[in-house]
Amino acid sequence: MIGVERLNFAYKKGSPIFTNFDWAITPGDRWSIIGPSGCGKSTLLYLLAGLYFPLSGKINLNGYQKPGCRVSSGLILQDYGLLPWATALDNVSLGLRIQGLDKRKVLEIAQKWLSELGIDGVASHYPAELSGGQRQRVAIARTLCLEPRLLLMDEPFASLDALTREDMQNLILDLWKRLSSTMVLVTHNIEEAVFWGQKIMILNHPPNTAPIIMENPESGSLSYRHAADFVSRCKQLRELVEQKGWNGKSSYADSEEIKHE
Amino acid sequence: MSKKLVGLSVLTITIAWAVAAVIINSSILPTPWKTIHSFIIDLPQGLGWHILVSGWRILVSMAIATAIGVPLGLWLGQNRRWDRFAYPFIYTTYPIPKIALLPVIILFLGIGDSSKIFLISLILFFQVLVIVRDASRNIPSEYVLSLRSLGANKAQILKYVYMPACLPAVLTSLRLNVAIAIAVLYLAESFATNSGLGYYVMDTWQQLAYSRMYAGVLAMSLIGSLAFISLAYLEGRLCRWTQAGKQKQMA
Repeated sequence: MIGVERLNFAYKKGSPIFTNFDWAITPGDRWSIIGPSGCGKSTLLYLLAGLYFPLSGKINLNGYQKPGCRVSSGLILQDYGLLPWATALDNVSLGLRIQGLDKRKVLEIAQKWLSELGIDGVASHYPAELSGGQRQRVAIARTLCLEPRLLLMDEPFASLDALTREDMQNLILDLWKRLSSTMVLVTHNIEEAVFWGQKIMILNHPPNTAPIIMENPESGSLSYRHAADFVSRCKQLRELVEQKGWNGKSSYADSEEIKHE
Repeated sequence: MSKKLVGLSVLTITIAWAVAAVIINSSILPTPWKTIHSFIIDLPQGLGWHILVSGWRILVSMAIATAIGVPLGLWLGQNRRWDRFAYPFIYTTYPIPKIALLPVIILFLGIGDSSKIFLISLILFFQVLVIVRDASRNIPSEYVLSLRSLGANKAQILKYVYMPACLPAVLTSLRLNVAIAIAVLYLAESFATNSGLGYYVMDTWQQLAYSRMYAGVLAMSLIGSLAFISLAYLEGRLCRWTQAGKQKQMA
């Protein structure tokens, strides 16, 4: 089982973000996490990725626990985190080089993932020469090179246009089906949360103690986006969000999209 | 920058110089061809040696300034506590005209290579230190976070993030300050010494050998241009990514 037990966390000189927080993930699940700005969504991902340390409590990653970074988890950041001075190929192979693999193996794996994600044609391009979608594919390839058991995504598609975003959501869904890893997506977008998550965790203004979890078993296919269930689930999630009184307090940009429908 | 335009500007300056020399018609402004003639004649007879000495001093000074300035700048940029303590010292010593310390430096280090190298290194060191410190402070934290999430340790973060992020700043700083370094070298070499282009120019000036004096000035300009072009070439080779972004914006 992956998850956190009685997690306590606060930033230096800040009020608590999580207080005795419990969350259990079944391996292979797809999760969406949604909540207002500052609720601790990204913090939770960074804790799972081993980039932050809890004040107390336990973080479980299939029993694999060690201080510092866990390569068994992969993190994809909102702004991609690509190094601007490295080409797409160098960015993709970065994790493998850090792990100390020999050059031939590094190149072989990196090229495999570049072609898997359809970006082998831009292998020698720098991030500044790539489109938003291509950059995100490079970031995904870089993380997947390390075959993480747990893939954590922090608003990965926030800066993409609507069509590219859908394309990337489809890609990630396809990868999940093929790799059967556990994947957690933090998002601000209600539709994205519903399309992606078998389970949707709703966080509130901190401190968070018990998350609200919405089951969304119908998700998991590309056609779900056009199904009646999808619209009603979005409405349900939106109502839940409004009940929590986030509007006005949060930068809930995408709630506007729902209103227009 | 196109090579044709550079060639054209060199040609324009040479023509302007030649026209001025013909109009003034005085030994204090020899023509370019007379200067080049003196340069070629003098090259095996001492000028070559002075070029080597000055070039060596510039090269070693740049290496020392980089070797000390880069790690210290990186360290201060990343350690806010030490930076808070050290930066006021940099802030107060940075504007002091270091050339004024030349007599003091000569008293301590003598008239040989070490006093010149020390002075130029000191001037370049401050430029490199300040620019690297600022560049390293401004590195977006997501680069470090993403590397840590890939399992990188501190040395790997230094290798893959901090060093390449600061490289353009270091090369630009050296390129822009190479002219200052040569100006300082000229002053340092024209004072209590008997080697280097500064000495050669002053010596020929005192002998009223003006075309040879201009040959010395030409040699200093060539060293400056060579250093400038080499650094620009290195910048172009090692920091291609800085141009990649600009080209996309222009497209």
